Amino acid sequence: MGYFANIRDSVRTIFEGLAITASHLVRKPYTIQYPDRTDIRVQDALPFRYRGLLDVDLEICTGCLACERACPIDCIVIDAEKDKQTKEMILKRFDIDLAKCMYCGLCSEPCPTGSIHHTPEFEGADYSLESLIRRFVKAPVVAYKPSKGPETDPEIAPILTRGLRYLDEFATPGGADAD
Amino acid sequence: MQQLADRLLNEGFLQGLPTPVGYVLVVAFFAFVLLNFIMLVAGVTSWLERRVWARIQSRVGPNRVGPQGSIQWLADGIKNILKEDIVPLAADRILFKAAPYLAMMGFFAAFAVLPFGDGLIVADINVGILYVTAVTALVVVGILMAGWSSNNKWALLGGIRSAAQIISYEIPAALAILTIVLFTGTLSMQGIIRMQGWAPWNWFLFANPFAFVSFFIFYVSALAEGNRTPFDLPEAESELVAGAFTEYSGLRSLLFFLVEWGNLYVIGALATTLFLGGWHVPAFTESAFVLGVAQAVVFFLKSYFLVFVAMWIRATLPRVRVDQLMSLCWKYLVPISFVNMIGAALWFAIFPNGSRVASIAMVVFGLAIALYFLSRVRFHLRRAKPELTLSPIA
Repeated sequence: MGYFANIRDSVRTIFEGLAITASHLVRKPYTIQYPDRTDIRVQDALPFRYRGLLDVDLEICTGCLACERACPIDCIVIDAEKDKQTKEMILKRFDIDLAKCMYCGLCSEPCPTGSIHHTPEFEGADYSLESLIRRFVKAPVVAYKPSKGPETDPEIAPILTRGLRYLDEFATPGGADAD
Repeated sequence: MQQLADRLLNEGFLQGLPTPVGYVLVVAFFAFVLLNFIMLVAGVTSWLERRVWARIQSRVGPNRVGPQGSIQWLADGIKNILKEDIVPLAADRILFKAAPYLAMMGFFAAFAVLPFGDGLIVADINVGILYVTAVTALVVVGILMAGWSSNNKWALLGGIRSAAQIISYEIPAALAILTIVLFTGTLSMQGIIRMQGWAPWNWFLFANPFAFVSFFIFYVSALAEGNRTPFDLPEAESELVAGAFTEYSGLRSLLFFLVEWGNLYVIGALATTLFLGGWHVPAFTESAFVLGVAQAVVFFLKSYFLVFVAMWIRATLPRVRVDQLMSLCWKYLVPISFVNMIGAALWFAIFPNGSRVASIAMVVFGLAIALYFLSRVRFHLRRAKPELTLSPIA
């Protein structure tokens, strides 16, 4: 390239470059100022099936141990016994070690009712590993027994609806009624 | 300043003191005021620069410390002062410790002759602009010393690059200044400003085509002398860790940054003095005080606009290579500035009193460039269709 062509090109390209950066000066920044200056909580903006911290709806847990068997790293520990007289499953212990959990989602897939599921909550930082073990059973409870027809108990029905919707979306990711 | 000292000694509150003591007191007072001014300007510049880059890169920038992050620089400064001052074992202790102060001195000395308004100048010496080019070259001694005494390969490379760069770019800068001195016939800063006027067609920037080119040569060379991107080779992070400043920590490293950001204001003030009509304002009021304040504000705004342009350039252009740096200086800027100076001399021979028609034509030309620039900005905005906001604090 010639001497004067060099000068012309550098002046022209710098001029154009400055015009581009000047146009960026009036553009809106893309920054999301997590955690304290977002329009809504980030957790609320996440999809329904976001794989955050695990949660268990004990009201609809059948005590089938499918999740415990599915967990590849054994972070779920369940103690369930069948009561001889009443033929009911009694849940004595349901612990999930969130420090071990790798958020693979394999436990929530075989769950018949969608009781064990991931939440969009992801802020799990804590000062000790022990406190990351979530103990869902405080005192022994009777496990849920699916009824033949639609659920009639008005307290359990919405929880079950939610759980079944969660399961549905495994089959059709981003499914029909996904938001 | 000497008149002021004399007056204070004869009738002011310094009455009765021996003359040398009075002089030292007055000098110390001005040094104190200026040092604080520099700290403030350099600090605020460091924060503003980060905000401007952030916006150009579609980010927000520091906005947590104080309102909109405006005292971020204070937090950074305090953090740096509290840090340990480490001297490497193999370093040359005395030179290592002295280097930041030398760099600081060279840059601070320039403020002695920088005008802030009509009469607002510490010392209006008759070789003002020559003095500035001389003392700002002292910074290179500090940086070279820092590079050598650190006993570190990167630091030494940075120091040597800095020396080569600053000394090379002194030449086009000095030649660009000379084209102005040709017209003014004086080297005094206030003298140069007094030759101009408040209106753009009275500025030396638009006096003639050669002065116009001189402005850009001066600005580019000054950026290179101030080790600013795209010429920040002495501390090129991606190549030399932090160049000459690699081994520095705490207050000493802070001083180098103070020099870098403070230098920006010096560049702006020099260019304003030489090309942009300095502190001239139209005589809109009788009150000398109001006029003085207006002059100081106008001068500061003009200088700070050029500081802003330096930030903008830093956010736009990538760093040049060493060979590109040298070829830009010796193959382009030096010959162009020589031709430019001869052209300016011819112009001066033809129009000894300047040409009003040429000035106005140059102003129109400048406006045309500005308008074309705005149309290009609009073009890029239209093409990208981004979400716009004019709020500076978004």
